[in-house]
Amino acid sequence: MKYFSVIWSSLKRKKTRSILTILSILVAFILYGYLSAIRLGFDAGVEVSGVDRLVMQHKVSLIQFLPESYEARIEQVQGVDSAVHGTWFGGIYQKPMNFFSQFPVKVEEYLDMYPEYVISDEHKKAWLETRNGAIAGRTIAERFGWKVGDRIPIQATIWTRKDGNPTWEFNLVGIYDGVDKSTDTTQFFFRYDYFQEARSFGSGNVGWYWIRVDNPDNAAEIAKEVDQLFANSPAETKTQPEAAFMQGFAKQIGDIGFIMTAILGAVFFTILLVAGNSMAQAVRERIQEIAVLKALGFTHTAVLAMVLAESLLLACLGGFAGLAIAWTMITTMGDPTNGSLPVFFLPVKDVVIGVLLAVLTGLAAGILPAIRAQKLQIADGLRR
Amino acid sequence: MVAAMNWLAQVIAVTSFGIRTLPERRGAAAAAAFGIAGVVAVMVSVLSIAHGVNQTMDKSVSSRNAMVLRSGSDTEMTSGFSNDTAKIVAEAPGIARNEFGPLASPELFVVIDLIKSSSNSDANVPLRGIAQAAYEVRENFQIVEGRKFEWGRNEVIVGSAASREFSGLDVGKSILVGSEPWNIVGVFSTGGGVAEGEIWTDASVLQPAFRRGNFYQSVIVRLNSEDSFTEFKDSLTADPRVNVKVIRESEYYAGQTAILTAVITGLGSLIAVIMGLGAVFGALNTMYATVSARTREIATLRALGFKTSPVLISILMESLLLALIGGTLGGALAYFAFDGFEAATLNWSSFSQIAFSFRVSGSLLIQGIAFAALIGILGGLFPAIRAARLPVATALREL
Repeated sequence: MKYFSVIWSSLKRKKTRSILTILSILVAFILYGYLSAIRLGFDAGVEVSGVDRLVMQHKVSLIQFLPESYEARIEQVQGVDSAVHGTWFGGIYQKPMNFFSQFPVKVEEYLDMYPEYVISDEHKKAWLETRNGAIAGRTIAERFGWKVGDRIPIQATIWTRKDGNPTWEFNLVGIYDGVDKSTDTTQFFFRYDYFQEARSFGSGNVGWYWIRVDNPDNAAEIAKEVDQLFANSPAETKTQPEAAFMQGFAKQIGDIGFIMTAILGAVFFTILLVAGNSMAQAVRERIQEIAVLKALGFTHTAVLAMVLAESLLLACLGGFAGLAIAWTMITTMGDPTNGSLPVFFLPVKDVVIGVLLAVLTGLAAGILPAIRAQKLQIADGLRR
Repeated sequence: MVAAMNWLAQVIAVTSFGIRTLPERRGAAAAAAFGIAGVVAVMVSVLSIAHGVNQTMDKSVSSRNAMVLRSGSDTEMTSGFSNDTAKIVAEAPGIARNEFGPLASPELFVVIDLIKSSSNSDANVPLRGIAQAAYEVRENFQIVEGRKFEWGRNEVIVGSAASREFSGLDVGKSILVGSEPWNIVGVFSTGGGVAEGEIWTDASVLQPAFRRGNFYQSVIVRLNSEDSFTEFKDSLTADPRVNVKVIRESEYYAGQTAILTAVITGLGSLIAVIMGLGAVFGALNTMYATVSARTREIATLRALGFKTSPVLISILMESLLLALIGGTLGGALAYFAFDGFEAATLNWSSFSQIAFSFRVSGSLLIQGIAFAALIGILGGLFPAIRAARLPVATALREL
C-alpha cells in the first residue's frame, strides 16, 4: 500500500490514456452486465421454478388439450399435494407486438400453487367476486399503464366467444407482485369459470396441469406414476419437473448461454487488446524511470508488482464502475426488448463473477509489460 | 485552382507519410484495428440471424399466393374453421385451376414434440396436413429423397431443414404420433423457405390423430395472377357464410417474424452500439499515441510550411484506414464463420420451430464497414485536432 502514490502518479502521467482505457473497460463491463441480465431473462423460468412442482402436458405436444377431469385423478395419486390446470389464451392487446401471456385459471387453487405471486387480500376478494375479473403482474401493468378498475379488451386469436364478439373484456381487479425480483410479473390471469362459460369450443379441455408433490425427492417417480395413469388413453401425458419444462422452452429458442458467452468472449478479447496495449505503452515510456527505481534499490519483484498493480487498478476502476452503471441502468431503465423478457435484473452471482473478471482482465493486460519491467537491466534502461 | 491542387498534394504527401510510418507503431495500430474487427464481427453476426430469418420468410412467399385464416387470428396455429368454410373458399373467384379443380389447399397446422439435434432437447416441430393442391400451390416443391406420402396412410414427408435440425427424421424411420408410428417416406425441398422446416402429411389423416374433426386451419390458394387478390379477397369478405381473413402470403410471413426479428435486431444494435463505444475509446487511445509519437514530425512539417488542414486530414485518414482494415477483417470473420450457418429457433407467433440459415449479405457487410468507419472517424477526430493545434515551437523542442 505504501507504493500506492507511486502507482497512482504513473496512472496520472498520461491522463488521457488512462481515462480512455478505463472508459473502454467500463463499457465492456456495462455490456457484460446487460448480457448477464438478458441471459437470465431467457432462462428465467428455470431459475425460478419450484422444486416441488411438475408440469404435465399432452404427450404429442403442448398444443394438444387434456381433459379437465384429469385433475381429480391426479390428486388421488399418493404423494401429490394438489393439481391445477392452465390453458394458453394467446390473445392480442391492441396490437400483436404487445405480446404477453394470458391464462385462464382457477383463482384460489392457482394462487395456492404459486405462493410467489403476492396479491393483497382485498384484490383477491375482488377477483373472487368478479366473474370477468383479471389480475396482472406489476411489470405488465406498468408497461401498459393499467390501474385497478380498468377494463382490458383482449382480442381472441384462438378462443372465439359463443356470442361471436371477437373481443374478451376483462375487469382488472388486482395487480400482483413477485415475492422477489426473480418472479415473473409479466403475466395476466383471468377466471377459468368465465372462460369455460364463454368460449365457443373446447369446453372441458385445458392446456396442461401444474402438480405439486409433497416431497420433491419423489418427483421423478410421481411423474412416471401419473403418466402411467393416462397411458393408452386418448390423451396420453408427459410429466416433468417444472425446471426441466422451462429449460426445454429456453432451449427451443436456442443456446442463449452459448451466444452470450461468444459475444462476451469477443468483447473481452477486444478489451484485453486495448488495455494490454495501453499498459505496454505505459511501460515503454517509463523504461528510464523503472531503471532509476531499480537503481534506488527497488527489487525486480517489487517493480513487477507495481506494474501489475497499476494494470489491476485500471481494470478495477473501469470494471467496478461499469458494473455499477450496468446495475443502475438495468434497475432504472429496464428491459431493452420492451417487455419480452419475463424478468430483467442483474443477479448477485453475476456481479461477483464480474468483479473476478475485472481482476483477471487487469492481471492479463498487465502481465507481459510487468514481466518486461521486471527483466529490465538497470544499465540498459538508463542508457536509453 | 493551383491553390486547391497544392492543398491536395499536401494532403496526399502528409497522409502517405503517416501511413508509411505505420509499421513503426504496429502494436498500437493492430490493437485498434483488431478492436474494431471484434465490434464489426459481433454486430454482423448477430444481425445475420435476423437477416437469415427474414430471408427464409421471403423465400416462403409467392406473389401469386394468398392465405385464408379465421378472422381474428394472425397465425395458422390459432386459426380454425370447418370444412364447409374451406369449400366456400375454394370456389371463390380469382383462384387458378388445373384439370383437378381449383388450386386451393385446405391445411392443418399442428406441432409435435421431437428432439432438436443441436441441444438434444424437446422442440415444437411443425406438422402440416395438406391436400392434393398443396404441391401445385408451392412453386418449387420437389422430392429430394424417397417418394411422396400416399394419401390416406400414416406416412409423412419431411422438409430438408427439418431432417437436418431434428433427430430421427430420416427416410425409413418413423415418428410417434400418440402411440402410432408414422413412417417417413421422403425428404422434400421447396427451394428454401419455412416449409423446409416442416413435416407434411395428408390432412385427412392428421385430423383424427389430433382430434380436430373435419376442421382446417388455413387455405392456401394460388391466384390467377397477382392482381386477382383484390377480387378474391373482396368476394370472401362480402360472403356472409364465412368469417375469414384473407391476406397475401408475403404479408402473412412478414407478420410471423415481426417480433422475432425486432428482438434480435434490437439486442444486436444495442450490443453493437455499446461495443462500438468501447472501440472508439480504444481508437482514440491509439491515435493520441500516434500523435504524440509523431509530434516532432508533425511540427517539422508545419515548420516547413504545411498547412494545418492536411495534417488534420492525415490523422483522420490514418484512423479511418485502421478502422476500415478492422471492419473488413471483422466482416470477413463473420462471413466465413456464420454465412449459411444452419439453426432453428422458436418462433413465438406460431409457437413452433423455424429452421433458417444465418445470412451475411453484402448490405450487412457494408453496414458493418460503415459502422467501423464511423468508429474510425470518431476515434481520429480529437487526436487530429490536437495534432493540428500543436504549437510548432514547443513541439519541435519535445523529445
